[in-house]
Amino acid sequence: MVSLALEQVGARYGRREILSDATCAPVAGGGLTALVGANAAGKSTLFRRIAGQLRGPGIVRLEGAAPHDLRYMPQDTGMSAALTVYESVILALKQGGGGWRLSAAELAAVDDVLHRFGLADLAQRQLPELSGGQRQSVSIAQTLVSQPKVVLMDEPTSALDLFRQYEILEALRRYAEETGAVVILALHDLNQVMRACATTLALAEGRIIAAGPTLEVLTPEMISRLYGIDSRVERCSRGCPMMIVDGPSGQARAG
Amino acid sequence: MTSLSTDAIPHAQSYRGLVARRLAILVGLAAVLVLSVAVDVSLGPARYALGDVLRTIVAPGAADLQMRVVIWDIRMPMALLAVTVGASLSLAGAQMQTILANPLASPFTLGLSAAASFGAALAMVLGVAIFPAAVGLMVPINAFAMAMAASLLIFGLSTLRGVTVETIVLLGIALVFSFNAALALLQYFASDQALSAVVFWTMGSLTKATWGKVAITAAILALCTPLFARRAWALTAIRLGEARAAAMGVPVRRLRLEALVLVSVLAAVPVSFVGTIGFIGIVGPHVARLLLGEDQRFFLPGAMLSGAVILSATSVLSKALLPGAVLPIGIITALVGVPFFAALILTKGRKAW
Repeated sequence: MVSLALEQVGARYGRREILSDATCAPVAGGGLTALVGANAAGKSTLFRRIAGQLRGPGIVRLEGAAPHDLRYMPQDTGMSAALTVYESVILALKQGGGGWRLSAAELAAVDDVLHRFGLADLAQRQLPELSGGQRQSVSIAQTLVSQPKVVLMDEPTSALDLFRQYEILEALRRYAEETGAVVILALHDLNQVMRACATTLALAEGRIIAAGPTLEVLTPEMISRLYGIDSRVERCSRGCPMMIVDGPSGQARAG
Repeated sequence: MTSLSTDAIPHAQSYRGLVARRLAILVGLAAVLVLSVAVDVSLGPARYALGDVLRTIVAPGAADLQMRVVIWDIRMPMALLAVTVGASLSLAGAQMQTILANPLASPFTLGLSAAASFGAALAMVLGVAIFPAAVGLMVPINAFAMAMAASLLIFGLSTLRGVTVETIVLLGIALVFSFNAALALLQYFASDQALSAVVFWTMGSLTKATWGKVAITAAILALCTPLFARRAWALTAIRLGEARAAAMGVPVRRLRLEALVLVSVLAAVPVSFVGTIGFIGIVGPHVARLLLGEDQRFFLPGAMLSGAVILSATSVLSKALLPGAVLPIGIITALVGVPFFAALILTKGRKAW
């Protein structure tokens, strides 16, 4: 069983402290976990700290996975190299090591991930010809082609249309379920979170202020504290929890 | 290759096709290069039949002395120096563009050739030898020393915290202007004779080719190419953007510094031998990128081959355009190369930048 736990994790950019004392109980693999928080709350910093791109105090504890089993997908989607989609995914697979030759198994892995994320038709297209949403899907395929056991994705659906958001989150949920991987997504759309993510971590003031089953974390009180927004949770006609926004709550929100 | 499993996967199959096409393009480029070198050797002020030239190359002992000297001691070193210099400058430009994420980057954008010209002019105008032990070779040695000094400066600045690729490019451009101003100052005070020597040097020329220079440039290529080849996947990943490459586990900063060192040597040595042939460092990589894409397994040999082909073909043109005279090669590369290059990027542009 793969899990990820944080013990008093900190990180700073220069002299500015972004994270201090971020602690959470082990997040288990097999489902999607959301990381929510206001802009500049430190979501990307936390991801980069977990991925080892930033140093700082505290312990990132991985169970059932080695550091090289972890993949972090940054938010930026600016890919302009003269490469086809297919080549760019091969490239991601080959960073793990191996020579210039490609085995049939490696090509099969590339084909598989392209199918999973609805990119099969784009395989031979050049990266610069893609739309923003298509690039985002390609970068998800790049992140998952090596079958990482721990996946951190920074707003993986921000450039996608409504249907693709649904489709990609569903594909990510299936990936987590099939591989038992820990998949943590930084998301802004709380309706997506409620629909797709079993557990949620709430980040504010450089700390994790709540963690647990999504509906227990995303209470109207917590949403007001995180975003300064009054809201309530209702059910859609198919039974999914939905957040209805009533308006600004008029109280200072957590930074 | 297990055809059975790839049959089931159409995209893998078309990818194999793409790889085969690219290998064919590389072989084609190599064939064009061989042809161009053959024509290059057969051309010159003394007119020999192509058959005689080839016989002299294959069996030098059987040829008459004059022809042997012309072919083996004059034309062959020139033709082969065009190949090694073209390949070195193009490879240097290719990796510079890769690590600085800038289509205009080349060793020349970073001030290497301006520094080399200044070093050469120091020798020609003031007779100053940076290494007094080798006065006979003071022009190339001065040029090399100044080019390396310029790249060490860039390298040193790049290791500072918070220096981005944009900063590096801007610093390089500042170096270009500084060395050009220093060069102009030297030229202003130069004698007529020294002035014409400086001007001729900055035009770039292969006429001072020797087997020794061919060997040195070839050895440097042989040393640097495997070091880049080992990093092929990481270098390709850098083109997806720094953040993404870092997320894939590429040590971006270290790779950039390593590449900068290799590129400096790759560019400084040829420039000190042949003067300023800056254009190759920009065009060679772009031609390779258009033909082969940016997978470094193909882009790396492709950039070297296209640079070599361009400079070799330029050498042919420099002899063929004005019968009996050899035009400075730096002029031809720009005059003939620019329209060709413009046509190429306008018609085949893939919006890669």
